[in-house]
Amino acid sequence: MVDQSTQPDATAAIPDSGAKDISLWRIALRNRGVYYGGVMLAIIVVIAIAGPWLVQDPTSLNPMNRLKAPGEGGLFGTDQLGRDVFSRVLNGARVSLVVGIFVAVIAISIGLVLGLVAGYIRWTDAIIMRVMDGLMSIPAILLAIAMISLSGATLTTVVAAIVIPEIPRVTRLVRSVVLTVREEAYVEAAIAAGTRTYLIMARHVLPNTIAPLIVQATYICGSAMLTEAILGFLGAGIPPEIPSWGNIMSEGRTFFQLTPWIIFFPGIALAVTVLAVNVVGDGLRDTLDPRIARNMR
Amino acid sequence: MTEPVLDVRGLTVKLPPAADRPFAVEGIDLHVNAGEIVCVVGESGSGKSVTAFTVMGLQDKRALTPVAGQIMMGGEDLLKVGDRRLRKLRGEKMSMIFQEPMTALNPVAKVGEQIGEMLEIHTDLSASARKSRVIAAMEDVGLPDPPSMYDAYPHQLSGGQRQRIMIAMALVLEPVLLIADEPTTALDVTTQAQILELIRDIQQRRGMGVLFITHDFGVVADIADRVIVMQHGRVVEQGPVDQVLGAPEHPYTRMLMDAVPSMTPPARDPAAGDRALTVRKLDKVYGHAGLLGQGRQVHAVKTVDFDLQRGETLGIVGESGSGKSTVARCVMRLIDPTSGEVLIDGDDIARAREGAMRHHRRDIQIVFQDPYRSLNPRRTVGQSIVEGPTNFGLDPGEALTRAQDLMRVVGLPPEALDRFPHQFSGGQRQRICIARALAMEPRVLIADEAVSALDVSVQAQVLDLLDDVRDRFDLAMLFITHDLRVAAQVCDRIMVMRQGEVVEHGPTASVYADPQHDYTKALLDAAPGHRMLQA
Repeated sequence: MVDQSTQPDATAAIPDSGAKDISLWRIALRNRGVYYGGVMLAIIVVIAIAGPWLVQDPTSLNPMNRLKAPGEGGLFGTDQLGRDVFSRVLNGARVSLVVGIFVAVIAISIGLVLGLVAGYIRWTDAIIMRVMDGLMSIPAILLAIAMISLSGATLTTVVAAIVIPEIPRVTRLVRSVVLTVREEAYVEAAIAAGTRTYLIMARHVLPNTIAPLIVQATYICGSAMLTEAILGFLGAGIPPEIPSWGNIMSEGRTFFQLTPWIIFFPGIALAVTVLAVNVVGDGLRDTLDPRIARNMR
Repeated sequence: MTEPVLDVRGLTVKLPPAADRPFAVEGIDLHVNAGEIVCVVGESGSGKSVTAFTVMGLQDKRALTPVAGQIMMGGEDLLKVGDRRLRKLRGEKMSMIFQEPMTALNPVAKVGEQIGEMLEIHTDLSASARKSRVIAAMEDVGLPDPPSMYDAYPHQLSGGQRQRIMIAMALVLEPVLLIADEPTTALDVTTQAQILELIRDIQQRRGMGVLFITHDFGVVADIADRVIVMQHGRVVEQGPVDQVLGAPEHPYTRMLMDAVPSMTPPARDPAAGDRALTVRKLDKVYGHAGLLGQGRQVHAVKTVDFDLQRGETLGIVGESGSGKSTVARCVMRLIDPTSGEVLIDGDDIARAREGAMRHHRRDIQIVFQDPYRSLNPRRTVGQSIVEGPTNFGLDPGEALTRAQDLMRVVGLPPEALDRFPHQFSGGQRQRICIARALAMEPRVLIADEAVSALDVSVQAQVLDLLDDVRDRFDLAMLFITHDLRVAAQVCDRIMVMRQGEVVEHGPTASVYADPQHDYTKALLDAAPGHRMLQA
């Protein structure tokens, strides 16, 4: 019917690029935001891990050395009980990062499962999404105060209180991706091939959610660190004996006019950390989403 | 001879360094005279759209840079004039209509106001004068009741009406050049015939020049005065339509024309295999009645009956919304039929629960329309092909051997199994989809518009392949298409559907030679390219 030699479709060279193995990270690191934000974040993480061994005990009191200015007593000065602010700020980095990472991981994991189920198993959609709407209407701070007054101030309560209002955001994101992907012909082909539902989810649907979830995770991480600090500042967060940035600021509040450094240094630390996380998140959003759309075609 | 309205000389447009060739178009010479329709025809990647967009100054400026040549219009070189001047020329001197009228119109603005916007920007008419000009323009393109349609939103109109709105918008300022980029490709054949006639009619009344981009030789035959054939960014042949279509000189033109399926069905032996599939009184209603009966329902398929034997191809032909794809999806159980029976091997799968259905999944397989979406971009084609067989317990090693055999069957090298879909062309991907379907060793193969997204030359080869595998594996094939030419070539029997109902059903040769139903006659008449057939 056709002169095969003129248009050799079937035998046309299939480009040989092994580059399909695109590492998400390699693409991402080409972005400046991801690179510099990542470097900043890496430094903060190293400080959080190694710092506490290099400085004195952040809880050791020294009443002789109270409210000293930066330089006179330690690098960042001392607080009203004579504790070293530098040491406390370094230790606070641990709390912030732990809260940020835990909240992000837990919220993403729960939201991912709920979103996959709601998006793929249609009858569950209405139920799950109405519950999510309910959760979304609870402010994190009120919930935290309520939970802490019921079960006491622990790291777990704080993390749980911040996670709960984040879950609906993740669920909605995942659900919207699933709703788009389930209409793809390759998903229908998998149904036609008798692939079981959990395998369709794992093989064909789940991979499409990864890039948007990585981006979402950074935003959740940043906002969780902020919320944790606010809760600490309000006295509704981590127990006051743990030097979190929110707690340090809360305690320094009374002496704010006299000794502003007690609030200033943890505030700067918090701002820089959240900034680093958000810069990475923005960079990831810029690179991963459009690039995946183009490359994965 | 008067000066042409558009004169393109030596146009060369550079592609970005990563592309598969250095130039999108290279040394293009073409001109459009007042009062003539020039068709630029070519397959995807031939550079025909790049040419049109560059004339309008609408090409993607980050990727495409014109590096040589001139685009002369009314004594000006459009490549040299500034953006402000180009904006003024667009609309007043030249304008463009696009393939997909739904996306070319703003969904949240009234269509009348969208046409009026042209006047608002380019003229200083008063609001009431603009409105009457718009209504006159809408009348001109044959829209019914323009005063009330003025306030309609795009989604309230049919595809053909939306394309008429686009044409009214393009022509309201009476440009001397109209560029039409595949303006009927997204439309049904009967609508396509009307729009082609409209473009022809307005062009003659106004004496405009029209640059008409298409991939369809049938459309060329119906509308063109002159034809320009493009391949890989170069003009390979140009001349008056009768000369190019009647006595094509370049081998590429000849190949393209040969690849266009004929409307005359070839003689076929009647199939006499075992019965593979029986469909009885199939009904599908979309939507719910609602508690108080206020819900919106669409009766997509109404009491459809057919049988299918092994070794036979049944074509389901119809326009969009006819329910032909819904039938396929019901038979595949990708959606649940509302009522009726789908019998395979004596079992009714219309109501089978997923567990029982799974057992029959391997009996029916499907090849979809869009080769770019039918394969998971993250999985190698080998993984895609073996997925089905391994679901049913085939050993992965054996499945791989089967996949390698099937790659040879569909004409691809077995080594390519570890490549990813994006490394293949559209036609190659469709071959992979066929291999994936065959890997299940089905009895029934459904091809749902399986060649509609392909270029004609590739389409012809994939059709040959489908015919070949049908015979080799003794398949019963359900071939769903809107294209009567394609259906004529591969189907033993034809079922014509309209609004969910089968209006005609019979052997292909007799349906084409002696259609009984008015709708079938209308469809056959509307198919483009009657002129070419006689040539």
